[in-house]
Amino acid sequence: MKVTAQPADTTLTLLLDGELDASSAVVLDTELNKPELLHYKRVLIDCQKLSYISSAGLGVFISHLQRLQDAKVKMVFFNMQEKVFNVFEILGLDSLMTIVTTEQEAQTA
Amino acid sequence: MQDQIRISCSRQNLQQVRDFVRSFLLAAHRSELLVNQVVLAVDEVVANFIIHANGEDANQFLDLLLVLADHHLDIEIEDHGSTIFLPLGKVANPDLRAYIQQGRKGGMGMALVSRIMDQVEFFERNSHTVCHLRKTLAS
Repeated sequence: MKVTAQPADTTLTLLLDGELDASSAVVLDTELNKPELLHYKRVLIDCQKLSYISSAGLGVFISHLQRLQDAKVKMVFFNMQEKVFNVFEILGLDSLMTIVTTEQEAQTA
Repeated sequence: MQDQIRISCSRQNLQQVRDFVRSFLLAAHRSELLVNQVVLAVDEVVANFIIHANGEDANQFLDLLLVLADHHLDIEIEDHGSTIFLPLGKVANPDLRAYIQQGRKGGMGMALVSRIMDQVEFFERNSHTVCHLRKTLAS
């Protein structure tokens, strides 16, 4: 699992690459835990190369969502593969998190 | 068609488990969506056994058996550790809004498993915990 951060003005984009499971979730957790994240207006999660997510990966996003919302930081997922989106759907997380198709939509969601 | 694998109780081995299940089902020409769901269900149970039942003790091991018949897939995961681990019934329908407010990380794995698989059982056999998962398949 590789996480690449791309800051641009008021937006931080995190590119996820690989499989997010109970072994690799700590990498993402470390990234989302950084205090400077709260200085952005948007945190965009580019899921194009995210090929798998388990409950441990979902749990990392869930555990940071309220903290980001409280700081008025919007977290938006985009470029999500169907099989990964399906995991969000199974739990109903697709209605609790902002998931859009393209990066352009993510910039305005 | 059947296959089996033995792994030690390290979360580093979860990738190996997923690759094993994925290869087995893709060889049986199952859809990518179904394959991912079954891989996820197995990953969740195995992660629970490794982390919660065995405390990531790499000296302990699990056996995983996959049996594919015409209309169903049976999966058996046997934990050779000494702790009897029966996690069902804990969180079948997690309140995710509450989880978000609490910043909670865990508690969704078994809910995923029970929604993906048609049958989920944990039972004791020879002083070990066994998990049996069954998925009915379209022919």
